Amino acid sequence: MIIYFLCLVLFAIGLYCVLRKRNIIKIIVGIIISEYAANLFFILTAYRIGGRAPIFQEGVDITNMVDPLPHALVLTAIVIGLATTALLVAIAMRIYEKYGTFDITKIRELNG
Amino acid sequence: MIELYILLIFMIIGAIIAIQVKDLLSSVVAVGAVGLGLSIVFLILKAPDVAITQLVVEILALIILIRATLKKDLPFSPTGRWFLNTLIAIVFVGTFLTVACKAITDLPQFGYPAMRVAKIYLEKGLPMTGATNLVSSVILDFRAYDTLGEATVLFTAVIGVLTLVRKVGRKKEGKTIKEEDE
Repeated sequence: MIIYFLCLVLFAIGLYCVLRKRNIIKIIVGIIISEYAANLFFILTAYRIGGRAPIFQEGVDITNMVDPLPHALVLTAIVIGLATTALLVAIAMRIYEKYGTFDITKIRELNG
Repeated sequence: MIELYILLIFMIIGAIIAIQVKDLLSSVVAVGAVGLGLSIVFLILKAPDVAITQLVVEILALIILIRATLKKDLPFSPTGRWFLNTLIAIVFVGTFLTVACKAITDLPQFGYPAMRVAKIYLEKGLPMTGATNLVSSVILDFRAYDTLGEATVLFTAVIGVLTLVRKVGRKKEGKTIKEEDE
């Protein structure tokens, strides 16, 4: 159970960064850290003590394999995370071009 | 299992450094260290496919973030409401941690997964799909619509990025901004 708690602490660090920081790049960093923690949590729930990777070989018993379903879900989530990160960074770069700063409190004229 | 705890504590320290350091480039590099540690954790937890994907995606994300932060490191001056903002953030995160700690006690013990759905995949994966790697049989056969949705999200995001970063048709707007600045 301690390892689940450490994973939650990692998520909480990312959440604090998103809530507290004013720099847009720092907010993106917080989102990435939370995403890592969520992916790690899924893989932790799939682990079996003394288990093997879910790949068939000759003469191998299937009863001690780890759970393949969360692996497939996380594989999808990692790629989507990269795409959303790229979109966030592109928006941040456009904001920097227009306003000359990454500070969210300085960006007042959001009406275009 | 002790290496798992060491790696997780390393990742937590890396995350704290990433959010507290002043220099943006150092922050991005610390996030890269956290991501590579996560990749090794996946390998220890017997998930080689996820570890390879994480490694590739981590390097790409690092390149994108460094491109955004190069030569744009601006000093920030602290504002007046420092105490109130920190207090609100800490209260929110504390509430989240309390509720989540109550929730994880209902999970199955670490190392003993429930595997209600995956039992069928393990028993019938090879006869039904013919794939020796069960993860690829799940993403490409049992749950192929999930992968189709992933590809849709990916291409939508790529179209969004291309729309945002393209330079054609934006010259006039850039000129007016420059004149206003002068």
